[in-house]
Amino acid sequence: MEAARNTSDARLSVEQVSYAYTPNPAHSPIFTLEASSFQAKPGEIVAILGPNASGKSTLLKLISGALEPLSGRILLNGFVTHTLAPRTRAQRIAMVQQESPLLFPSRAWEFVLQGRHPYGKSLRFENEDDVIIAKNALAQVGAEHLSDRWMDQISGGEKQRVILARALAQQPLLLLLDEPTLHLDIGAQVDLLDSLRRLAAQNRYTVVVVTHELNLAAEYADQVVLLQKGKCLRVGPPASVYQRDLLEQVFQTPLTVEMGPSGRPRVNVEAHREGD
Amino acid sequence: MRPLTVSRLLGQCAILFAILFFVVLIALKLGAVPVSLYGLGRDLFRVLIGRSSEISSEYSLIIFNLRLPRIFLAIFVGASLSVAGCSFQALLRNPLADPYVLGVSSGAAVGAILALIGEPYLHLPPEVAALFTPVGAFLGALVTIVAVYYLGRRGGQIDSGTLLLGGIVTASFFSAIIMFLMTTLPSGNLRGMAFWLMGDLSTPPQPTVAWALRVGFLAAGFVIYATASDLNLLLAGEKEAMHLGVDVPRVRTVVYIAASLLTGLAVSVSGAIGYVGLLVPHVMRLIFGSDHRVLLPTAALAGAIAVVIADTLARTVVVPTELPVGAMTALAGAPLFLYLLRRGLT
Repeated sequence: MEAARNTSDARLSVEQVSYAYTPNPAHSPIFTLEASSFQAKPGEIVAILGPNASGKSTLLKLISGALEPLSGRILLNGFVTHTLAPRTRAQRIAMVQQESPLLFPSRAWEFVLQGRHPYGKSLRFENEDDVIIAKNALAQVGAEHLSDRWMDQISGGEKQRVILARALAQQPLLLLLDEPTLHLDIGAQVDLLDSLRRLAAQNRYTVVVVTHELNLAAEYADQVVLLQKGKCLRVGPPASVYQRDLLEQVFQTPLTVEMGPSGRPRVNVEAHREGD
Repeated sequence: MRPLTVSRLLGQCAILFAILFFVVLIALKLGAVPVSLYGLGRDLFRVLIGRSSEISSEYSLIIFNLRLPRIFLAIFVGASLSVAGCSFQALLRNPLADPYVLGVSSGAAVGAILALIGEPYLHLPPEVAALFTPVGAFLGALVTIVAVYYLGRRGGQIDSGTLLLGGIVTASFFSAIIMFLMTTLPSGNLRGMAFWLMGDLSTPPQPTVAWALRVGFLAAGFVIYATASDLNLLLAGEKEAMHLGVDVPRVRTVVYIAASLLTGLAVSVSGAIGYVGLLVPHVMRLIFGSDHRVLLPTAALAGAIAVVIADTLARTVVVPTELPVGAMTALAGAPLFLYLLRRGLT
């Protein structure tokens, strides 16, 4: 385990957070997340890794404030996230979810302007500042040219950029992403993560991303949180978490880990072959 | 990037308002007793300049005491149903949701009939007793939408098919209750009741009810319009809306109550008029887009236009008798609905 980090410069502080999902109060919980802790500074990218049903999305929902922890607390700049008013929370935390289908078509710029919603009263008309911020957000993800396109007529990678732009328009401190690279081809995945790393550095966002992509996480994350069956097994830089025995045990598959030239680990899966 | 401005919104509403005004003029002119447009304009002008005493009394009676109140009633009912339809569609994320389809109108009808049956036993003064029906209809509508909302939820998400089937089954269940309740009524009331159930604007509401309708419409309309930006985000789903700063439970509660009030008021004075809450928001969405800041006011105006036209046809096509206005909206609405359904709803 990593030595205790200096807490004073942490922006996000997840402290011994646990959760139990109990759809029927008469029965025992069907899923529990045991006490998990990690901290992240401005500009840092944290990847939450783990097999299916390990509690990745639950941890992300707890950080977003959508769920209230059973015990422990999550602090963002010293404030407990789940007690913030929805509007205040949306000014500080932006969530990029797996896209939900649109009921009625809207244009990309309309979609990005939704990110300005937390900054107004309930009925509002966007002002010039909102338009400038939305335009900047589109420019930051390289999607100005998509502004007038319909959301249901652009590619998956382009859509993911527009969704990211809406999150940027919220001008958050904390950017949360739930499997943002799902359904994207490898080029679009690298594009998206490159923009994320650049944005985190430029705008000092703290980024927390849930992903299944071990190698992309190793390449882009400053810290990795490894979960298995609701337990937080390891927290630390990829090089310290990516150990062959550990990953093989967590993902239940034979694999090898080697150090890449950049000092970041690389995972190779080994197919089960007869006679090997 | 062309964000909505207040002036563009007012321009769009002004066009519809002009159409509504024109439709009202035609509706005033048409009827069993023909009135010329010239005579109508002259009389309206006289009223405006405060010389209404110069108007011949029989005209005055027909235009100002019979046709105009009925048109105003049609305007309030149409706007209420249409705004309620928009609200349900946004909250339930379903373009097919409307008070009639979801069984909310039937629930309101049951509430109204129960109030009608119970009211004589309470020996209330007539002004208070008259308010009993709209209150019963409101409560009936509210109970129904809450029930249908929970029926339509599966695993924390609203399931479109379950929701609509739940609504249809609820509506047929309530129809059975209405049939049952109607057998307890004196037979003299039956034709009126049958007409009312099909949607009928021929019976003017009592003055207290008319006032309740106006105040209730303005209050509920204002409350719903104040959440227009939130409704835009709720279209993308409750979770997404929450992450964009919408206080989802508050908006949901407030809008369900307000939309139930609109439905209850409309049903208590006009019965169950179908298709208005479904089709009018839909057509407005095709024309003006799905931004609720535009959609709610334009749908209110267009709903008013639609019901005024439907009611004018209902009282003129089979002169000297009348059709229930609900039959008119269904005659026009059902084919239009099927056409839009085949064409793809969005």
